[in-house]
Amino acid sequence: MNFDDTPQEAAFRAEAKAWIAANAPKQYEEELSKASLGRVQLKGANILEVAKAWQKKKADAGWACLHWPKEYGGRGSSPIERVIWQQEEGPFGRLSAMFIIGHGMCGPTMMAFAGEEQKRTFLPPLASGEKVWCQLFSEPAGGSDVAGLRTRAEKHGDEWVINGQKIWTSGAHYSDYGILLTRTDPTVPKHKGLTMFFLDMKSPGVEVRPIKQASGASDFNEVYFTDVRIPDSQRLGNVNDGWNVSLTTLMNERMSIGAGVSTGFPELLDYCSSLMLEDGPAIENRAVRSRLANWAVKASGLKYTSMRAISALSKGERPGPENSIGKLVAGSMIQDVAAFALDLQGAAGALNGPDDAEVAGKFQAMLLRAPGTRVEGGTDEIMRNIIAERVLGLPGDIRVDKDVPFNKIPTKGRA
Amino acid sequence: MNFDFSDEQKQMRDEARKFLAEQCPPKAVREVLDGKAPYDKALWKGLAEMGFLGVAIPEKFGGAGAGHLELCVIAEEMGRALAPVPFSSTVYLAAEAILIAGSDAQKQKWLPKIAAGEAIGTLALFEGKGNPSPKAINVSANGGALNGFKKPVPDGAIADFAVVAARTGSGSRESEISLFIVELKAAGVEVKPLTNIDLTRGQAEITFKNAKAEPLGEHGDGWSVISQVLDRAAVLMAFEQVGGADRALEMGRDYALDRIAFGRPIGSFQAVKHMLADMYVSATLARSNCYYGAWALSTNAGELPEAAAAARISATQAFQHCAKNNIQVHGGMGFTWEFDCHMYYRRANAVALGLGSLSYWEDALIDRMRKKNAA
Repeated sequence: MNFDDTPQEAAFRAEAKAWIAANAPKQYEEELSKASLGRVQLKGANILEVAKAWQKKKADAGWACLHWPKEYGGRGSSPIERVIWQQEEGPFGRLSAMFIIGHGMCGPTMMAFAGEEQKRTFLPPLASGEKVWCQLFSEPAGGSDVAGLRTRAEKHGDEWVINGQKIWTSGAHYSDYGILLTRTDPTVPKHKGLTMFFLDMKSPGVEVRPIKQASGASDFNEVYFTDVRIPDSQRLGNVNDGWNVSLTTLMNERMSIGAGVSTGFPELLDYCSSLMLEDGPAIENRAVRSRLANWAVKASGLKYTSMRAISALSKGERPGPENSIGKLVAGSMIQDVAAFALDLQGAAGALNGPDDAEVAGKFQAMLLRAPGTRVEGGTDEIMRNIIAERVLGLPGDIRVDKDVPFNKIPTKGRA
Repeated sequence: MNFDFSDEQKQMRDEARKFLAEQCPPKAVREVLDGKAPYDKALWKGLAEMGFLGVAIPEKFGGAGAGHLELCVIAEEMGRALAPVPFSSTVYLAAEAILIAGSDAQKQKWLPKIAAGEAIGTLALFEGKGNPSPKAINVSANGGALNGFKKPVPDGAIADFAVVAARTGSGSRESEISLFIVELKAAGVEVKPLTNIDLTRGQAEITFKNAKAEPLGEHGDGWSVISQVLDRAAVLMAFEQVGGADRALEMGRDYALDRIAFGRPIGSFQAVKHMLADMYVSATLARSNCYYGAWALSTNAGELPEAAAAARISATQAFQHCAKNNIQVHGGMGFTWEFDCHMYYRRANAVALGLGSLSYWEDALIDRMRKKNAA
């Protein structure tokens, strides 16, 4: 049992470290290091431009999308090399946020289902960040139950005509392309009438409207489709087989192990170490210490769970299911951590201006952004279902709509 | 990176699991639970023959000379099987104290006997309510004789010897505590069995009246050794706890798959699925913290105090969580004597206290994290 690199891993790490040291945008390192949930910004710079410039630089030197094949803009690296890169990239990895969906979900789906010429055309600029992609799955009527989506695609000659609405589309406002899941046959049960496409987000009839989130910020969008035309050549997978295509997208994502989920714990420990309460330093207070210790072991438990998954990759094995707990644990934890940080501030914890709030309002921003982390990318409840069914082998939910044609499924709860 | 046990260690785990499945089924645990025997003597002998008692004891002292990673692997299986034997007191506490502080002669005298299953040892630390603290030690040592009482002493009623923490000075400083080895069959030692919430493991009160005691380690070094022993034992016990948590989770999962209510397996209801998913989450976090503890223990890393506290807290929480919710999944049947759920619940709650309770380790963890940050 050790944390040591193999000789090949050590050589790769040294090469990555040296390249990053020579090329990373150092002027933003401090701000990126201090970024926390709900608070990632660069003063005096457009973070999207900085992110795109960094991604392009990496791509030009062969450090983008490491695990992708070279001919599609990647490096052909092993999964463990990808992890080592993320470790070495450190705070600069936060600049990759805008590419996560494109690189983690859209790219692999294109790789599995697009034609060879399309892959060679579309994947390299996706890898280099010159083109940004989004994923158009969720709808007002299909969130956790994404197969309940209603956006229609109807075939007219060699084209498909799209009408409907998507929601919670991250980055649609700056995306160039998207992968789109549609309903092509409403007369069959819901999973059997879906078809996947990719499209140019600048196509006529596509309208992107930002959502003002509960936190006040706007990271997500609604996307409306009015008679949008997509050539049949941009269909991914067979007609009415879109559900299986989307599962491939999601399975691919399971192999990727992020640089770690954000729990808020390091920020809280720092804060408690310097905060003075009425009767002395916060960190000397028994009640504070008990809360901190409970969060400390969750944070370290997640860290070493991730180390176990990385070890499996290092040995060329597939990581076990342990890693599925990360988002579930971290999501509710960061919400509780933020609320506790405000609790320590007393009445002043309610203040949210950058000048009046403690540590520039870091925990206030965290608190207001946190509810989203427990919903996006699979709610806590869906994550628990996944663990119960795929890890523990418990039965799936009884699906009353399983064999019902989609257009016969009730759409309202109380008539 | 290889943050995992080796294939050989995993093989040893499989061997231990197979051995314990045969030699320590729930029926055997119940012999002790029902008071028919103070511990499972046949199992104890079998563990010695398998080499498990001396797995981390060097060969020159009669052990297998494998190491602490191997001991972690065995510990997990002991916890999983609820083995009703004085393994933790003898191996994690007494043997580790002698390994850390014993003279060559003391090691020669006790370690081969421990490895062979011929001597049961324990650590006599507590004197009534409260958590480990040099201030709480009142047993006095004068001229090689001890006076005072210790309680609770784990497995005290079946132990042949105890490592005893005693006061060799009158102040509250750590340097006024020293350790002694006391043979419990000797004159001046009175042992009274006590009832434990975990009926598969014994507790005792031991009274010393001018009992003959042999110093273990340097005079005044007692608390430093106790702290090291507690850190090591915390990691090893955490593996027992993770083993128990995993088994309780499996029992709950299996019951949820088999039990039908409202015309469906109860494991198809989200309320039950989510409870089991949360049990899996705590067991997984605990296991990962334990692995880090195992790494620190086996490499004698400077991170051991922090890693041990994290493993201890996480594994205590996980075992308590899984054991109580296993009963909840079982419903009424889980609250019967006949079902095994209560044996895990009893063990989970008893071992949560033995090395110092959660609040003690929470405090210790934050102290240790601060020290590391300050360094």
